[in-house]
Amino acid sequence: MLKQVFDGTVSYLQILDENGNLDSSLMPGDITDDMLVQMYKYMSFARELDAKTLSLQRQGRAVTYAPLIGEEATQIGSALAMRKGDLFVPNFRQHGVYLVRGMPLDIIFLYWRGYEEGGAIPKEVGGFPYIVPVSTQLPHAAGVAFAQKYEGKDVAVVAYVGDGGTSEGNFYEALNFAGVFKIPLVTIIENNQWAISVPREKQSAAPTLAQKGIAAGINVIQVDGNDVIAVYKATRDAIENAKNGPTLIECVTYRLSMHTTADDPTKYRPEAEVEIWKKRDPIDRLRIYLKGKKLWNDDLEAKMQAENRKTIDDAVEKAEQFKPNPSGMFTNMYSFMPETLKEELDDAERNNFYQ
Amino acid sequence: MMTNMVGALNNALELLLKENENVVLLGEDIGKDGGVFRVTDGLQNRFGEKRVMDTPLAESVIIGSAVGMAMAGLRPIAEIQFAGFMYLAFDQLVNHAARYRSRSRGRFTVPMVVRTPVSGGVRTLEHHSDNPEAFYAHIGGLVVVEPSNPYDAKGLLIAASHMNDPVVFLEPTKLYRLFKQEVPEEMYEVPIGKANLIQEGSDLSIITYGTMVPIVKDVVGKRKLSADVIDLRTINPIDESAIIKSAKKTGRVVIAHEASLSFGVGAEIAARIAEKAIFELSAPVVRVGSDSFPYPFPGYENYYIPNAKKISAAIDEVMNA
Repeated sequence: MLKQVFDGTVSYLQILDENGNLDSSLMPGDITDDMLVQMYKYMSFARELDAKTLSLQRQGRAVTYAPLIGEEATQIGSALAMRKGDLFVPNFRQHGVYLVRGMPLDIIFLYWRGYEEGGAIPKEVGGFPYIVPVSTQLPHAAGVAFAQKYEGKDVAVVAYVGDGGTSEGNFYEALNFAGVFKIPLVTIIENNQWAISVPREKQSAAPTLAQKGIAAGINVIQVDGNDVIAVYKATRDAIENAKNGPTLIECVTYRLSMHTTADDPTKYRPEAEVEIWKKRDPIDRLRIYLKGKKLWNDDLEAKMQAENRKTIDDAVEKAEQFKPNPSGMFTNMYSFMPETLKEELDDAERNNFYQ
Repeated sequence: MMTNMVGALNNALELLLKENENVVLLGEDIGKDGGVFRVTDGLQNRFGEKRVMDTPLAESVIIGSAVGMAMAGLRPIAEIQFAGFMYLAFDQLVNHAARYRSRSRGRFTVPMVVRTPVSGGVRTLEHHSDNPEAFYAHIGGLVVVEPSNPYDAKGLLIAASHMNDPVVFLEPTKLYRLFKQEVPEEMYEVPIGKANLIQEGSDLSIITYGTMVPIVKDVVGKRKLSADVIDLRTINPIDESAIIKSAKKTGRVVIAHEASLSFGVGAEIAARIAEKAIFELSAPVVRVGSDSFPYPFPGYENYYIPNAKKISAAIDEVMNA
């Protein structure tokens, strides 16, 4: 006997196309004009924040930085879809998610100035610190989601991973765990097509990355990751269904810039490809739509940009006033102070080794 | 109650599950099967599948999810079936369990315990007899504990679960059922970070832990030596003051562990003695460990693990110097 025992499919969702045309039949009912403007403002702010941090890095005022430019819709759309108590677990590029969730900007800058104080995420933000080794944060997200279900809370956990991260063992282990325990975990693949220098097609032979979730028995969808409305809808649907189990969302987007400031993409990536994706820009298409609906104009744009710059500059100034406290490295290691560690701390302070 | 180490650990877990609803157990085969060494026997039956979970066979997500659970308010106690399989989750311990508190400047804490069987002497297959304590002790941020008897095992596990830190709890398989001891039935803690001076003497100090403890006690008893025998119980943070105090008193020190010699816990102890007590020593410190290569197949383990003869020779060396 030979019979088909499984048949899986992956749907693709796009609501606002690259020319600013809206498929109103798919427009979520809860999205108001105000929300569309809010989405636009957040994406614009994220891009401005990104440019500022990049410039600070170039001036030696920030450490190695991972830019988000091009990926605003994936981050802003998914973050806006989170409900008040929902939690998120980022990788290292999700500055836009922190932004939407109300993270004080100066704390973001502290991280990018190289201080652990930048990982002290205020409780009301509902997020966890940046994680550098790709995909290793997904088991944590699974554990956090498990705890929500265990305690009977109606809280979803949204976790982020890149296209390269889907090749890691932790990705499969976390998704498999999520499927088995039916935990409220929404995993977003921020597929920006490049894992440093390795393109998407060399990362996996699978036609979609979303289908990797099918193997774990969880819900999957692929979304135009440059369409903030589609990302919002897919994430909101997944969050609303989270009490029934996990979802994997692949957001197809593009890294318009370098992997990090330590990287030079001209070495491995054709400029023509970047030009194609610039035409699919997430911010441009929403601006076209909003202008067409008379919800936005050039005056508002100029006013917003000036406000954004001021807000960001103020936060940079605040972060730059930060005075590091080296003893904090010792006192935050354990819940108690081991005698031997105390001796190292005392030694350093007595001999003024910090100078 | 008279019980062996398996019974003492099982009793500790039962008390912890009873005490706090946020305590959950997770691992491979820990539910119906009660774990391959039966440490969790009967607990799923008593506390349900919600609190005593069989996980998929995936070490990284066992420890990684425990990290997440701990940060979200639970107090997970994870079991890794054998220490030799825990390397698959090494990243989660080293990069995350050990670091979340510091990377968030105390905003997130990781109150979790990872239990795993260690050490050999029970004729198991490859990877089932590893002695990994130095790896985990080296990181910083992880507490590393290794009991040598049922009483300590229960008290240390309870103390570990009550801590707000990630604890790597190493259980020597050889000692699981080697002997029974009177163990109180109620909840009690054995302090973490404190060594146990098992017996006092004046001629030499023997610093040891885990599977070497009963062998050292046997040698000291048979040779009628007047020796301080120190059972570390906690590897990190190390009880340096107990070590230095004894070294200064006797002036002669043997360090014995089953883990291989080079770059091991013995080196750390010897270095601390050199820094703080060298002028009070009458002889160079002598270390005893397994030979400096990975644990062999079971057919060769008796040629590898330090035995009474090797420990006795080390004592001769330090006494005759």
